[in-house]
Amino acid sequence: MRMRALGVAALATLAVAATACGSSQSAAPAAPSASASAPTAAAGGGTLVIWADPSRVQPLKPFADQFGTENGVTVEVKEISKDNQMTFLTASQQGSGPDIMIGAHDWIGNLVQNGAIDPVTLTEEQKAAFSPKAIQAVTFNGQIYGAPYAVENIALIRNTELAPDAPATIEDMIEKGTELKKDGKVKEVLCIPVGQKGDAFHVYPMFASGGGALFGATATGDPDPKQVLLGSPDSVKAFEKLKALGEKGDGALRTSLTNENYIVNFAGGKCAYLVSGPWAISEVKKGGITYDITAVPSFKDGKPATPFVGVQSFFVASKGKNKALAQEFVANYVTDKDVAKALYDADPRPPALTAALQEVQASDPDAAKFMEAGKDGMPMPAIPEMAAIWEPFGIAETAVVKGGDAAKAAAAAQKAIDGSLKN
Amino acid sequence: MALDVREAPREGAGPAEPAPRPRREITTAFVVSRIAVLAVAAAILLYAVPPLAAAGSWVSLGLLCAVSALIAYLYLTRRFIPVKYLVPGTVFLLAFQVFPVVYTVTTAFTNFGDGHRGDKAAAITAIETGSVRQAPGSPEYSLTVALRGEELVFLLVDPATKQVSLGTADGLSRLDGAQVGVTGKVLSAPGLTVLKAPQAAARGPEVSALAVPTGDGLIKANGLSRAVEGKAALVYDAGCDCVRGEGDTWTADEGQGYFVNAKGEHLAQGWQVNVGLDNFSRVLTNPTISGYFAGVLGWNIFFALVSVLGTFGLGMSVALALHHPRMRGTRFYRIALILPYAMPAFAMLLVWRDMFNRDFGLINQLLGVNIDWLGELGTARFGVILVNLWLGFPYMFLVTTGALQAIPRELTEAAAIDGATPWRAFRRVTLPLLLVALTPLLISSFAYNFNNFNAIALTTDGGPFPAENPQVGGTDLLITYTFRLAFGAGGAQFGFAAAISVFIFTIVAVISAVAFRRTRKQEEIYA
Repeated sequence: MRMRALGVAALATLAVAATACGSSQSAAPAAPSASASAPTAAAGGGTLVIWADPSRVQPLKPFADQFGTENGVTVEVKEISKDNQMTFLTASQQGSGPDIMIGAHDWIGNLVQNGAIDPVTLTEEQKAAFSPKAIQAVTFNGQIYGAPYAVENIALIRNTELAPDAPATIEDMIEKGTELKKDGKVKEVLCIPVGQKGDAFHVYPMFASGGGALFGATATGDPDPKQVLLGSPDSVKAFEKLKALGEKGDGALRTSLTNENYIVNFAGGKCAYLVSGPWAISEVKKGGITYDITAVPSFKDGKPATPFVGVQSFFVASKGKNKALAQEFVANYVTDKDVAKALYDADPRPPALTAALQEVQASDPDAAKFMEAGKDGMPMPAIPEMAAIWEPFGIAETAVVKGGDAAKAAAAAQKAIDGSLKN
Repeated sequence: MALDVREAPREGAGPAEPAPRPRREITTAFVVSRIAVLAVAAAILLYAVPPLAAAGSWVSLGLLCAVSALIAYLYLTRRFIPVKYLVPGTVFLLAFQVFPVVYTVTTAFTNFGDGHRGDKAAAITAIETGSVRQAPGSPEYSLTVALRGEELVFLLVDPATKQVSLGTADGLSRLDGAQVGVTGKVLSAPGLTVLKAPQAAARGPEVSALAVPTGDGLIKANGLSRAVEGKAALVYDAGCDCVRGEGDTWTADEGQGYFVNAKGEHLAQGWQVNVGLDNFSRVLTNPTISGYFAGVLGWNIFFALVSVLGTFGLGMSVALALHHPRMRGTRFYRIALILPYAMPAFAMLLVWRDMFNRDFGLINQLLGVNIDWLGELGTARFGVILVNLWLGFPYMFLVTTGALQAIPRELTEAAAIDGATPWRAFRRVTLPLLLVALTPLLISSFAYNFNNFNAIALTTDGGPFPAENPQVGGTDLLITYTFRLAFGAGGAQFGFAAAISVFIFTIVAVISAVAFRRTRKQEEIYA
């Protein structure tokens, strides 16, 4: 009897809980319209909410607190660790999002089409303080949508014990790598992630050097999603060059090298060259490798090997409850050198502010070397259509790396992308 | 069997005195638990009311109150005994089954997704705000917020001329006699109360809302210390339901949820509209979907069937072996066998994926071969099934072990006395009895594996992909393949994804219904 009574109680508790869940779920679809119709009606007052990824929460805290004290508000820095962009969009829509979001500049297109962020007005003076590449990256449809704070791009990191000289061309690098492999000094010619689905981000410099291109340009010089060029004759030639580097060719590009193992292999001394970004450095240092950083080389007589440049930025949320404060923080406060330096110390990605970069450079030459390697880089296209490129591009890469026909792979990628963009 | 829930005696806690006609013993636990339940119901009600009221969700609020009242009423009376049993399950059914299904189906008729998340008003606001550009040649004012009586005003200082202007909702006027600090902030002004940073911050929304009209633009605050004169390049005109500006006109298209111009181009920001059966017809007519559907469905059914039969066969064999009376150390074996089930599948799938790596994986190193396991169609399919088998058999082992305990040994002994071989006894006695108990589990396991997203997404991610088609991989299940279509290329397309879910739901429901029908016949024979 006792047990039975408890059982009833337990069931009833669950029922109540379920009821509550049910109601709040049904509340969800109703909420957006309510919050959207009265975005400024909600009383402001004392809090500014910032969402950041885990590595940036701690370094931001002191500055957030300082800003809070100066303006008499509480600043909350909240950690978001997964699917940041999607989480931000969903929360924004429901009116429970932050005032300020931190993210990569290539989100801008998608955030703008969802009406989630507002343009940020920077003075000419402020704009001049940033590296031009960073400003170019956060500019979308002629408007600046974020305050940049870090710039990152991939470069060629080489083990100077094994390969003392920076290779002038991809051919030189492959020759040296192959020679080292023959001598048994390394296991791999080149450490670059490919995997079973390709890695468009890392292979892009080589692809660009081979003459390949993703999009044509609009009249204003922005990438034009109406002109996908992945299947163009020039891109086919680039894929053929990648094929020659692949498993049936030089063996420099291999599907068994994945995002999980390529840095570890380099850090373990199993290859002399690594194509990666600033995030690889701490692991390389742990492996005790002496290294140098140079730009990814280009093919002999090829085009420049332009890496993608990614810019981490602060965004002002359109549906934030305290926009004036958010704008103040983004446009006038985080464009400060000390904030940029603190963020650098927590996670060493080269600062976007030239002054901060110069300071950092003194203690850490790597930052400047990465910056130098990316000076001709191409800001990752921020248009939402870029989402359609990654996977077909990667799969075409894998196909040619495994020895498949370049023309066929490029045409299939082009067709898949055109299909999903309804071109 | 019916449980008579009686009121607790008014004396309160403690074992009840024997009542004249005791139909039910009322215990302390019972009283306490009932109070707890009702307290929790009340607490949830109190917790949920303020945010719902703030958001103006009156329907949800009404629903919540009604359900809470119903629960309180039901569990406080002695009557409605059967309903007391039915309510929890019904509430669960509504909250976790019916509501998500209804929500998914209704979403399938909309274009909800990236670019179409909000309503039209939000899209218009976003279009206008996004098009505000700084007026060319206009100064970057330093801003000080002040009060004129109760009215919030801007004190704007032109950095070049140091001229102070007063900005109100009526316009911009020259202000003399103000004291300006070195940073450009106004320290004091005649007849105005200058607000300090915290005071201005507290009025943030008012600061954002104030727009000072100038000749052809608006001066708005940019934060709390600067203001700029801007002009919206795109303006919505309710008269023609269109957006004008930049030498073009974009008219609202309620069918697409976009503002479209004469050339068929649309503005980036759209809104959510009802698209009728578009999503469904897209599933049926899209050549990438319809062209490969049969192949993917075939492999999907094969994968689910082999996973279920394989895990069941292996799990049952092991359970039978351990069930044998002469088996020693069964406890140890049982613990060891449950291990794969106890480990997080998420991590294990990733570990398996790396073990299959051609050059660095454990499997090739152990076998001394150089097979590109997940890179070739046959081996990749074999690989994912093997991984799924390893992950799934402990569950089947557990349930079979349980079901075996319920089959009396006398039955198999009787069969043996009658001269049946062990195989025949198993085939004719044990297996049918097992299946009566386990078939529903096998069916649910089939439905689960049919949609086993993780098993594929975390190992092969659908690959290997043929060079001529980067959209359909060799190990793609319907769920992974449609996930790629709905979320991979065009951002998130929830409406389309919902339509696909409806199709997959139909397929699984039909297969399960047929299977259950067959089970019922079997039960009629053996029950």
